[in-house]
Amino acid sequence: MAARQKNSSSGSSNSDKSKPSDKTVDTESGKEIVRTLENFSAPDPAEFSKEEELRAYRDMLLIRRFEEKAGQLYGMGFIGGFCHLYIGQEAVVVGMQMSMKEGDQVVTGYRDHGHMLATGMEARGVMAELTGRRSGYSKGKGGSMHMFSKEKKFYGGHGIVGAQVPIGSGLAFANKYNGTDAVSITYFGDGAANQGQVYESFNMASLWKLPAIYVIENNRYAMGTSVSRASAETDFSHRGLSFKIPGIQVDGMDVRAVKAAGDMAVEHCRSGEGPIILEMMTYRYRGHSMSDPAKYRTRDEVQKMRSESDPIEQVKKRLLENHEMSEDEVKEIDKEVRDIVGDAADFAQNDPEPDPSELWTDVYADEAPQAAE
Amino acid sequence: MPTEILMPALSPTMEEGTLAKWVKNVGDTVQPGDVIAEIETDKATMEVEAVDEGTLGKILVEAGTENVKVNAPIALLLAEGESESDIGSSSGSEAKSEEPKTATKSDDEPVAQSGDQARSAKTVTPIDERRVPAEGKTHPDVEDDSPFGRDVPEGTEMVSTTVREALRDAMAEELRRDEAVFVMGEEVAEYQGAYKITQGLLDEFGARRIVDTPITEHGFAGLGVGAAFGGLRPVVEFMTFNFAMQAIDQIINSAAKTLYMAGGQMGCPIVFRGPNGAAARVAAQHSQDYAAWYSHVPGLKVVQPYSAADAKGLLKSAIRDPNPVVFLENEILYGHSFDVPKMDDWTVPIGKARIHRKGSDVTIVSWSIGMTYAIKAAEELAKEGIEAEIIDLRTIRPMDMPAIVRSVKKTNRAVIVEEGFPQCSVSGHIASELMVQAFDYLDAPVLKVNGKDVPMPYAANLEKLALPSVKDVIDAVKAVCYRS
Repeated sequence: MAARQKNSSSGSSNSDKSKPSDKTVDTESGKEIVRTLENFSAPDPAEFSKEEELRAYRDMLLIRRFEEKAGQLYGMGFIGGFCHLYIGQEAVVVGMQMSMKEGDQVVTGYRDHGHMLATGMEARGVMAELTGRRSGYSKGKGGSMHMFSKEKKFYGGHGIVGAQVPIGSGLAFANKYNGTDAVSITYFGDGAANQGQVYESFNMASLWKLPAIYVIENNRYAMGTSVSRASAETDFSHRGLSFKIPGIQVDGMDVRAVKAAGDMAVEHCRSGEGPIILEMMTYRYRGHSMSDPAKYRTRDEVQKMRSESDPIEQVKKRLLENHEMSEDEVKEIDKEVRDIVGDAADFAQNDPEPDPSELWTDVYADEAPQAAE
Repeated sequence: MPTEILMPALSPTMEEGTLAKWVKNVGDTVQPGDVIAEIETDKATMEVEAVDEGTLGKILVEAGTENVKVNAPIALLLAEGESESDIGSSSGSEAKSEEPKTATKSDDEPVAQSGDQARSAKTVTPIDERRVPAEGKTHPDVEDDSPFGRDVPEGTEMVSTTVREALRDAMAEELRRDEAVFVMGEEVAEYQGAYKITQGLLDEFGARRIVDTPITEHGFAGLGVGAAFGGLRPVVEFMTFNFAMQAIDQIINSAAKTLYMAGGQMGCPIVFRGPNGAAARVAAQHSQDYAAWYSHVPGLKVVQPYSAADAKGLLKSAIRDPNPVVFLENEILYGHSFDVPKMDDWTVPIGKARIHRKGSDVTIVSWSIGMTYAIKAAEELAKEGIEAEIIDLRTIRPMDMPAIVRSVKKTNRAVIVEEGFPQCSVSGHIASELMVQAFDYLDAPVLKVNGKDVPMPYAANLEKLALPSVKDVIDAVKAVCYRS
């Protein structure tokens, strides 16, 4: 994994950001590189209490099992259209969520089921939306890629690659305008990171010192195109440098590393320092969507990530070894999670479809009273 | 009970596939995520992963079997503690060809049907009500011939105001009224507006609320959408709507569709405004009328005022509206002066047309700059004994078709004047609606006067030819009146 390589090869490349220095030397050219934002480096992984480990384990497992079930329901024809699963990337949203507080906002792209569960949205409502039923978060009118929860401050769920980045910046703009200390967290992938509107947003966010955290989930493949085939600069944490936005690379498979980086980013934003970029080095086990034969990578590559870096197994191991939990106690959590997901799946299969009259509702909001009428 | 492993659908359109290969055999232990089989679809060979853990108890569909229907059981999985003896009866389900309980079944059900019924019923029902958003219905279906298209108390003082001043006054009043309102765009603050529409706003409201942006339409339009999601009431100025094409994804995909995609949970109260259409001698890339583009989109409201009173009243309504409003101004009209009633809170309802001139012989429907041609043509026509009724549509979406139909039922003839290109135009839509809603009342085919079907040329003489003209309108009116 890239983040690991980076740590182990520390000192051998110009991207070693562990030293707070404003000058580094490019090993190939021997030229001195000046980077004004160099003193930003990934913090050490957070020390987790048993309670934190348990929360991380449960929340990640809920996403994993939910997504497996969604894949199954897709296979059975209950879920239609596009369905992008988050399996493998769970530590990113769960770790970030552990750094957030009430009032902070989240916006993301179309691989969004995990983000919604992490913000506390109900598994039933999300699953029923996936099956296109009336109790779904969008009454069945949004589907996998378009769900929202004003209550949980989740602003979508966007199907257009990169479109969520100006929107997340606008949420941050509103926070600053209203003088609140809320921060907005905008998730996007290594593919979206090449979209023009991302850089338009970076420019404004930095210019106006908006409290925006940009989380780039680098899962190595933009659909079927690997990062190195699509990106001239593959270190996405550097993508904000021209806009004076600091960025750090984070081991996105270790929920403690994500939490530590999230804490740092939230602190940076809340103290009025402006935006920050967190590049999460992560990996998606499943295809881009359900109809992806995944011919662009080997089965071995996927298996290696699963067996060596799985975010959930890492926590489970610590629970068993460091926190004196028994296999049975861990299984209890597994069962609780399976029950939630099973219940959501049953609910989502039996909930009625939306009433035909719903076709015509929610096109326009009710009129505000007109003062002089 | 052993768990049935079903033939999965591996793409949105897959109905059956070939079970190419079993990777696991009977008796093998299976973990979630393990590949158990390979399946060929019409597109590719895909691996099937296990969802549950257990032991593969029985294979129901042998490798190499073609045309295996989606959802047919292909194997049985034994859970912990189960053995082969538990299989028994459940293997019989192989033969059953149960209709899978899927959500796709309703494709040919009531929705489409009721739509068709409603469509065929349209010749009887004058208006397809479902297409008229709420506020369209609140206006009584009676003629309103007041000059402002709404009540103005008797004795109200009239103030001669340019469209430019009226737009600024509207924004200033709304900025004073609601702290959530802010204005953003290129050169709106320190430069005082590229067309001076925001003149003086920075002085009164400060840089927090009057925000100069970089020249990045896509980014700041999207940022405005996010701010609206976050509870603010953004007024986003495009220096001209030609540049809004850079931002049209955010206007349509993010602003217009969110309320629907969120099942009504949250929407996007925002105004996108700026000059639209041809100015003068700025050629093709800077001279286009986008009314037809935006009016195509459910979820957007589209406003295109002509007079200063409407510009002011409609912009104030747009800023208060809970929906995204595309507010199309016209650079040439900015300097025109009109009477504006001096009232504490002058608003004009969105979605309501105004009768600009009463007449009995022909209905001319227009809006924005098109009104200038319509008005001059009506004056000329009156000299020849043709009395034209002019309807200023004011709002393009939701469209006040009842007002147009009422007028046409009286005059039996209609000409529509629009600056935009002729194909898939607003005027084309009105003509088709008149055919459906007023067929029996028409004494002549509805005629359209549009900008010519060419990119805007630069040369002065060609530009004049490309735009609609008073003569074009007069000719069309005479044609529908069968006068030469």
